[in-house]
Amino acid sequence: MATLQLPGSTRQSTTEPGRGRPPRSFESSNRRLKWAMLTPALLFVGLMIAFPLAYTVNLSLTDAFGAVNAGSSHVGLRNFGDLLTDTRRFWPAAWRTLEFTVGAVLLETVLGLAVAMLLRKPFRGIRWVRTVLIIPLLTTPVAIGILWLLILDPTNGIANHLLSELGMPRMEFLGSVGQSLPTLMLIDVWQWTPMMALLLLAGLTTLPEEPEEAALVDGAGPWQRFRYVILPMLTPALGTALVLRAVDALKTFDLLYATKGPGGGADFEVETLNVYAYGLTFDYQEYGLAAALLVLFTLVIIGVVVALRRRATSSGRKDA
Amino acid sequence: MSAPRSKAWLGWLRAAAIVCVMLVFALPMVWMIAAAFKTNVQVTDPSVGLWFHPTLENIRTVLTEGPILRSMGNSLLIGVVSTVLSAVIAVPAAWAVGRFGMQRTGSLILVARIVPAISLLVPWYYLFAQLGLVGSYTVLILSHMFVSVPLILWIMISFFAGLPVELEEAARTDGLSAFGAFRRITLPLAAPGTATACLLAFVFSWNNFMFALVFADDSTQTVPVTLFQFMSYASTDWGGLMAAATLITAPVLIAALFGQKYLVAGLTSGAAKG
Repeated sequence: MATLQLPGSTRQSTTEPGRGRPPRSFESSNRRLKWAMLTPALLFVGLMIAFPLAYTVNLSLTDAFGAVNAGSSHVGLRNFGDLLTDTRRFWPAAWRTLEFTVGAVLLETVLGLAVAMLLRKPFRGIRWVRTVLIIPLLTTPVAIGILWLLILDPTNGIANHLLSELGMPRMEFLGSVGQSLPTLMLIDVWQWTPMMALLLLAGLTTLPEEPEEAALVDGAGPWQRFRYVILPMLTPALGTALVLRAVDALKTFDLLYATKGPGGGADFEVETLNVYAYGLTFDYQEYGLAAALLVLFTLVIIGVVVALRRRATSSGRKDA
Repeated sequence: MSAPRSKAWLGWLRAAAIVCVMLVFALPMVWMIAAAFKTNVQVTDPSVGLWFHPTLENIRTVLTEGPILRSMGNSLLIGVVSTVLSAVIAVPAAWAVGRFGMQRTGSLILVARIVPAISLLVPWYYLFAQLGLVGSYTVLILSHMFVSVPLILWIMISFFAGLPVELEEAARTDGLSAFGAFRRITLPLAAPGTATACLLAFVFSWNNFMFALVFADDSTQTVPVTLFQFMSYASTDWGGLMAAATLITAPVLIAALFGQKYLVAGLTSGAAKG
């Protein structure tokens, strides 16, 4: 479909070098087509996200409370000041978020890498292993929470039964303030280590074999081959997996809320930023404060993504 | 002499380690399913283990006395509609991103993955309340699409990247328009990838807890919320809870059994490239 174009508006599109540029009419119809194909998705996501983000940023500067559309006035950055000086709920929640994310994701990475290396060489029955591995990460976190509540029930659970069979002390698990967060981290590790393992396994299968064979010929042992040959080549895949997992771990909500309820337990023992934001919004109707918290939280997540990505690319370059 | 023997020994060690890994990830699920078929006395007696007389009583009670059947219907409806609509807008977009090198524009949509969903709840609630839609299927479908569109886009971009451009170019030479080449040549080839992406999108919609927790009413409630509410009013009915958890996990188990190859491909697509 040929269209007339004003001379000034003809932006030359950049086709791949080395290929002859198609005739103009071809090009412009392509340009229209690509936008026609892309616009519905862009528009949908844009509409669903642009207004809410603007609304939340605006809300964070007000003292909105009780009902969203009740009168509220702009209070500048007071909500942010209130949060950053709140050592009772905000800072503990921030540290818990950090502790949960770093602890769970680190364990998931190490264990996931170990499982991926274990499954790397093909063997009969790999499809059964993969089936078993995808089940936890495709199961509703609420169901996972209930399942572990039964297993870890302090008095009637199989976990304590096994511990006492082995002559070890019984544990309170989710029943105590001190053990709740570590226990939930381990449940998260159980649910998401398979994801890490599968992502890293996919990364491993794309690696070339020559460098490892060369290292073998040079007499490198298994650990040396892993540490100096495989790991550097795996860095990009590791980086991507880490970013994906860290973003989701920071935002963990379902598991925490399903097992410990609003506020993360009576002593807020598993209250992370996400759980706190939900509580501020729906239990206390502190919309302004909640919005400020969410703005801060979103900035933290973006910061983590940028930092992890930059690290992954720079170390990838260094190793290459 | 010792080399082959140590090799065989290593092989056995590896097999044992793989079995251990499988047990760690499978046993808790097995325990949940087993508990669904135990009486409440047996569930709270850890020494019963996996050897007992199964009863269908829990499943029967949960199915007939609770709202779970209706919730499963709701989840099915919301999952199917949101997945189909998402695929309709995300598959062409993924093709455009891949074919015309619009990675930057495409990655804009992935911002949706980063933003905490809670920051969208209040604005959406406000907006949908104005439209009188809170509690309706429409809100739940739209909110679930917000997760599915980026997911399908992400998977399909890397799927299209793996399809040869030559077929489309040949079709263009034979006189098809760019859209014609997409519709008649590429789309049929992309069927397996689309199926994978849709299966995953459906599973994530089925599992989604937060959106229905806020936007659903009693008649549009989805399975995770029903399970959550069941837990808060019957926390001691372990048999019933496990039966409910097993019922809502059953579709995922079936998908995992028959579609593991595709699900793994979808979950890991784009990961290797970094």
